[in-house]
This record gives sequence, C-alpha cells and structure tokens, in this order.
Amino acid sequence: MNAGSDEDTHRAIERVARESYGRLLARLASHTRDVASAEDVLGDALVAALTTWPRDGVPRNPEGWLITTARHFFIDRARHELVARAHDALLSAGLSTPNDEAMASEFPDERLELLFVCTHPAIDPAMHTPLMLQTVLGLDAARIAQAFLVSPATMGQRLVRVKTKIRAAGIPFEVPNVSELPGRLDAVLEAIYAAFGIGWSATAGIDERGRGLAEEAIWLARVLLDLMPDEPEALGLLSLMLHCEARGPARRGPGERYIPLSEQDPRRWSLGTIEEAERHLARASTFGRTGRFQLEAAIQSVHSGRAHGQETDWPAIAVFYERLARLSPTMRTLTGRAAAVAEAASHTAGLAALDTIPHESVSTYQPYWAVRAHLLQRLGRSGDAADAFDRAIGLTEDPAVRAFLLDKRPD
Amino acid sequence: MQFALLIYESPKAFAARKNDDPDPYIGAWRAYYKAIVDAGVYVGGDALEVPETATTVRLTNGTRRVQDGPCAETKEQLAGICVLELSSLDAALDWAARCPAASLGAVEVRPLAPDAKHRITG
Repeated sequence: MNAGSDEDTHRAIERVARESYGRLLARLASHTRDVASAEDVLGDALVAALTTWPRDGVPRNPEGWLITTARHFFIDRARHELVARAHDALLSAGLSTPNDEAMASEFPDERLELLFVCTHPAIDPAMHTPLMLQTVLGLDAARIAQAFLVSPATMGQRLVRVKTKIRAAGIPFEVPNVSELPGRLDAVLEAIYAAFGIGWSATAGIDERGRGLAEEAIWLARVLLDLMPDEPEALGLLSLMLHCEARGPARRGPGERYIPLSEQDPRRWSLGTIEEAERHLARASTFGRTGRFQLEAAIQSVHSGRAHGQETDWPAIAVFYERLARLSPTMRTLTGRAAAVAEAASHTAGLAALDTIPHESVSTYQPYWAVRAHLLQRLGRSGDAADAFDRAIGLTEDPAVRAFLLDKRPD
Repeated sequence: MQFALLIYESPKAFAARKNDDPDPYIGAWRAYYKAIVDAGVYVGGDALEVPETATTVRLTNGTRRVQDGPCAETKEQLAGICVLELSSLDAALDWAARCPAASLGAVEVRPLAPDAKHRITG
C-alpha cells in the first residue's frame, strides 16, 4: 500500500474504474450471467474503495482488491437472500475462497465474451449499443439515455429488462465458434459504430447529448482489437473512426459555423491521428479479407489524402462505394455512392444514381435531400433545388447545418 | 398513435415573426413543415399569437378573475402546437429534435389522450 494525497487516491479510483470497469464486470458476471448483480456489487466495491483507499492507501493490485471486495458483497447478498440457486451459482463459480486468487494473480480478461453477450441475437438490436456502453465502459443509464434521446427512466427500464433476459434466457458468456463468428462479430462492430455515429454528430455541437461518445466508441474498438488483434474488420472500424475523428476541429468555423468536408482546411486535421488510421488500414489489408468497415475506412483515407496536398480522387471513392453498395446497400451507402458518382462522372449521373433509391425509404433521411439539393442547384434547376433544400433543412437537428443550408438555398 | 408537439419559444423566436423575409427561423419552420407533410405524419396544428396578447381567466368562489398575460410567467412561452401521427414516442422525439424551436426554446412531446376525449365527446 502506498499512501498518497486524497486527490491522488481519487484519481487512482477513477482510473481503475475507467480502465478496468469492463474487465471487472465481465469477470464477475461471466459465471453467474447475472449482469445486474455484478454491476451492483462492483458499484459497492467502488464505493468501498472511496472510503478505504484514502485511509489505507491505494492497494498494490487495485483491480484485485476491487474484485475480491465485490465478491465479498456477492456472497453477503447470497447469504442474505438465502436463494439456493444463487448460492449454487456462486459455489460453482469457485467463489468460496474469495481472498487469494484475485489478490495474488492476474485474472482472465473476459470483456470479449461480454461484448458478444451484449450483441447476442436474442437481444433487441436497438439495445446492443446501450448495453455495451453500460457494461463495458460503465456509463450510467442517464448519460446513455441522453445520447439515445429517451428519458433516463425509460433507458433504465430497458437496460434492466435486457439484463433479466440475459440471465433468464441463458445467453452464454462465450466467444462464438468459428462458423458463427463472422455474423456475431458484425453485430459487435455495428454496435460500436452506432455509438460513434451518435457521438460524431453530437460533438459537432448540436447539444450535449452524446458528447464524448465518439471517444468512448474508439476506446471500445481498441478494447476489441486488444482481444482480437488479427481481425481485419475490427482494424477497419478503428481506422474509419480515427479518420473521421482527425477532422473534428475542422468541422466548425468561427461562431460554430458548419463547414462541410469539401470546404475544410486540411491543415486543421490531426496528422498523427490520420497516420494511426492509415497504419490500421494497411495492416487490415494484409489479411486479404475486405469487408464493409475496411471499405468505409478506405473512402475516408482517400479524403484524408488532402492532408498531404493530394486532390480528392473521386473515381477511387466511387469504386469503393460501388463495392460497398454490393456488400450492404444501405441508404447511407447509396447516397454516398451517388455523391461520389456526381463528382467522378457528372452531376446528371449523380442525380440518376439518387433516383434509383426507392423514394419512400428516404422521406426522413436528411443526407439524401442535402445531396439532391446540391446536385439540382449545380444543374441549374433552382425550383427543384429549393424544394430539396427545404426537405434537407426540415430534417436536420443541427442548427449549424440548418443555417448552412438556408444560406445555400436559392430564393 | 398521435402526439402533440407543444412548441415553446423564447422571446427571440417570437420576435422573428416581425422580421422581413428571408428570416432564418421562419425559413427553418417552412422547411420543417414541408418535411412533416411530405413524410406523411402531419395531422394538424396551429400557431398562437404572442404571449402579450394572452388573457387568463380563473373563477375563484364564483368571482371572475381576469389576468393580463399568460397562465404562467416563464421565459419560454407556448407558441403553437403540431399534432403528428407516429408509430412511437421515439419517432416523436426525433421529430421534436428536428423542430426549429428545439434550439430556440423547447418542444414538449405529449401523446394525445383519445380515451379522455371520448369520455367528454361520447
């Protein structure tokens, strides 16, 4: 034990909570599959640390201390409740000797299993990301609710329901076998990317909701890569997010003015972040298994070329979008492809590509209308452009984007 | 089901009504209206005159008490109402977030209460 100032101790607790929360929770929940109870006892252990560590100093092995303390709370609860089933689970989990093992040695990292539990097909896909944010990163329900634009009570209830299901449905704490892995890994990657998407639009300044979630998503991707270092799509995802993150500060001008990618000053991009993104993408390509996230990262990598004074290679971007559209023809991809075709070939060709997207599926999809408005304006069709601008303006949540589009709209 | 978006505006947003075109706030509203109509979710709605025009009536022990001004003096005041037909609260919150008043005031989302209405209208 080394005694330090209270401030140091608090920082130590914060650091352990931040870096080890998911690892500790995964370890505590892996045998019982009772995520909710594991959260409770881990919370109790962190509170105990807040009172004990300032007095006795930070233990040499803070994680070991927390897990041992949490297990004591677990056993206390089981005794109090005298629920035979819970007791059996504890015994089978080998928790009868809580003192030694964890304190003495490293315990296995089961966060990968936890990530696969969070994104199990038996769980509502809409809850994959919130569950991951709460269990792996320790974000509280109120913060997650804010990001997902629902009330804290609603998000709290949904999370409780999901955790009950994990226990009741017997969702296994394990990494799927090879035959299932690709599909299951997709769900993990999607959930991480969804967190990034929310954070990405929020850091642009709409409001407080989801701010910082982009960083949390990057953190999750790093955790995943620690656990699966040779997974090209995980590398692709991290590369994609880093390319976007590198441009963060360049997306806003004076007075929070919105600056679209094409008008950003590449000197305001972070070269170090772009380099790291390129490194991950290059490594991903050595595996010879291209996937959605590597293609998305490749598109962003072409844009990032401007940081080195290169002109944007639109034909290359159009090719990547074409391959992406064959893999997953989402509205986002189809809209992006049309924008790339417009730049690589002609505005007319871009508009034709937009017209192939079913009309009813885009009625609330803002980027489609923004691209359409832009192309119609370039083609000199002011009346049609004004209509499309109105749709794009009416569908945005971001006041800065709204102001930008209002400014461009022909009267 | 149907949701009401109760539009609360700051004095600045109310003041925009007096501005000449093109006013960005009015322009944003025009676009928003077009978006909700084109998305097929618009049921109805209206704008209210400025809060200074409000008169509030209460009957206390049979005596009529008339007060100049709105019911509650708050920074943001009710400015209008939009009724939308939507599948869920989440969809209603999405539309509330896109509403221009969300960044210049507040938008309160409430489900309509058809049962309460039915008890009255029969």
